[in-house]
Amino acid sequence: MTIDRKTVAHIATLARIRLSPEEADSLTRELDGILHWVEQLGEVATDGVEPMAGVGNMTLPRRDDVVTDGGYPDRILENAPEPAAGFFAVPKVVE
Amino acid sequence: MSALTDLTVAAALDGLARGDFTSRELTEAHLEAMAAARGLNAYITETPEQALVMADESDARRRKGTAGALEGIPVAIKDLFCTAGVLTTAGSHILDGFKPPYESTVTANMWRAGAVMLGKTNMDEFAMGSSNLTSHHGAVVNPWRRRGDDTALVPGGSSGGSAASVAARIAMAATGTDTGGSIRQPASFCGVVGLKPTYGRCSRWGIVAFASSLDQAGPFARTVEDVAIVLGAMAGHDSKDSTSADVPLPDFRAATRTSVRGMKIGIPKEYRIAGMPAEIEKLWQRGRDWLKSAGAEIVDISLQHTKYALPTYYIIAPAEASSNLARYDGVRFGLRVEGKSLNDMYELTRAAGFGAEVKRRVLIGTYVLSAGYYDAYYLKAQKLRALIARDFTEAFDRVDAILTPTAPNAAFATDARMDDPVQMYLNDVFTVTVNLAGLPGLSVPAGLSAEGLPLGLQVIGRPFDEVSVLRVGQAIEHAAGFDMRPGGA
Repeated sequence: MTIDRKTVAHIATLARIRLSPEEADSLTRELDGILHWVEQLGEVATDGVEPMAGVGNMTLPRRDDVVTDGGYPDRILENAPEPAAGFFAVPKVVE
Repeated sequence: MSALTDLTVAAALDGLARGDFTSRELTEAHLEAMAAARGLNAYITETPEQALVMADESDARRRKGTAGALEGIPVAIKDLFCTAGVLTTAGSHILDGFKPPYESTVTANMWRAGAVMLGKTNMDEFAMGSSNLTSHHGAVVNPWRRRGDDTALVPGGSSGGSAASVAARIAMAATGTDTGGSIRQPASFCGVVGLKPTYGRCSRWGIVAFASSLDQAGPFARTVEDVAIVLGAMAGHDSKDSTSADVPLPDFRAATRTSVRGMKIGIPKEYRIAGMPAEIEKLWQRGRDWLKSAGAEIVDISLQHTKYALPTYYIIAPAEASSNLARYDGVRFGLRVEGKSLNDMYELTRAAGFGAEVKRRVLIGTYVLSAGYYDAYYLKAQKLRALIARDFTEAFDRVDAILTPTAPNAAFATDARMDDPVQMYLNDVFTVTVNLAGLPGLSVPAGLSAEGLPLGLQVIGRPFDEVSVLRVGQAIEHAAGFDMRPGGA
């Protein structure tokens, strides 16, 4: 399996990263190299192996469904590049 | 009395308790040393005013007789930990100007124990790297040099600034995080002790996330005992991290005073990799001999899926990173590059804010999680992860701890070529297995390379058995008698 420039452009769109043509070229080469390298995992028979998503047999703890934090919009907005009237402002989405 | 900056944490705690010096004096000595060592670029942000306020408060507490476990000890914090009101960058351009309104649980625990913050240390961008060369804030210089050669060397990564600061005596101890080796490999490169605790031992709350199922915070210090002291102050259950383990904290420090007599130490044959320098093989052999002389039994073991750990890691870690890093979009914090539309703004912000290695990993992660490739890559890697973890479970039926080299090489030059990412990934060949299985791993300085650079040995333990890891680490430290220090410090 190889990865081409068109695929790299597609995943860059999915990841919301604008690539320059030079970046797209070098990333195509690098990603192709990395993906070829990881394909060695195909050597190992894994039928019937339960995939491991995380460590241990942790069951997620539950807590009461109550508000335990919040009520300070000013602190939430403190680092916003463009706060506006208690909101995060973004470029217009709907014409 | 030797310089205050040369003291271990344990000796400084004793000196403070006796009243030989104050935390303010200890802190001032470190701030002066930091100012004289700026050439290392170990700190992104120094916080001298805050340090002195914290030191005075610590001295006041000590006078009142309410000293904590780290009372008055000046420490450095990796710039991945959110610190209230203090710039937190994760080594990235995209977090420009970010001052968190909250404090990470680990650092809050340390301040409650009385520690003093000297500043925030440099690191590979979003903890992605093994060299510190990917930081937006410039490379960190390792305080060590090759014998008779002034070439600047990397401190390892990603917690390179933390490791370098402890080695250079510009912090008594430091925090790091370890996702694939980011505490242990820089500890090896800088000749200091570094511990990655069991997954779940330290809360991840308030630490900038890289790969959430692998990330774990841990301490750097210059002795095994110091690392045990600092771990005790960092660790503990936290309801704000659902993967934080609600298990009792043992007396880590007491573990470093317990002999390894009767312990069974496993030597995994798969860690003898092709192309490993003879001096690393020799160091590993010496480690076996030391532990045997100290009364431990050496057992040959097999961890048969070891060779698949790196490629498994380089699917799982980027997959998790691509998801975690989706939050950097120019809306709520950090850098924003204006665009004609919302999508335009996202794409331009992330293009300008992320460095080359971060983009590479986010794209790999996006690819392996995308429709049509998920089963072939991501699911396959999760199954390999299960096999790698099972290897360890089976080995720990027979042994109490495992001994390996920490890294396949010593520190390399800061101008090393970066054009083959896979070559750089090989730095973590001995460390990633531990993260995949969620185990504790310790790197202890064990000797010098032929060129005069520090090399570490790694001790791996059962889940939540840092005590055994520290015991073995202490035995290696004692036998190695590693008291060398970098020429520049």
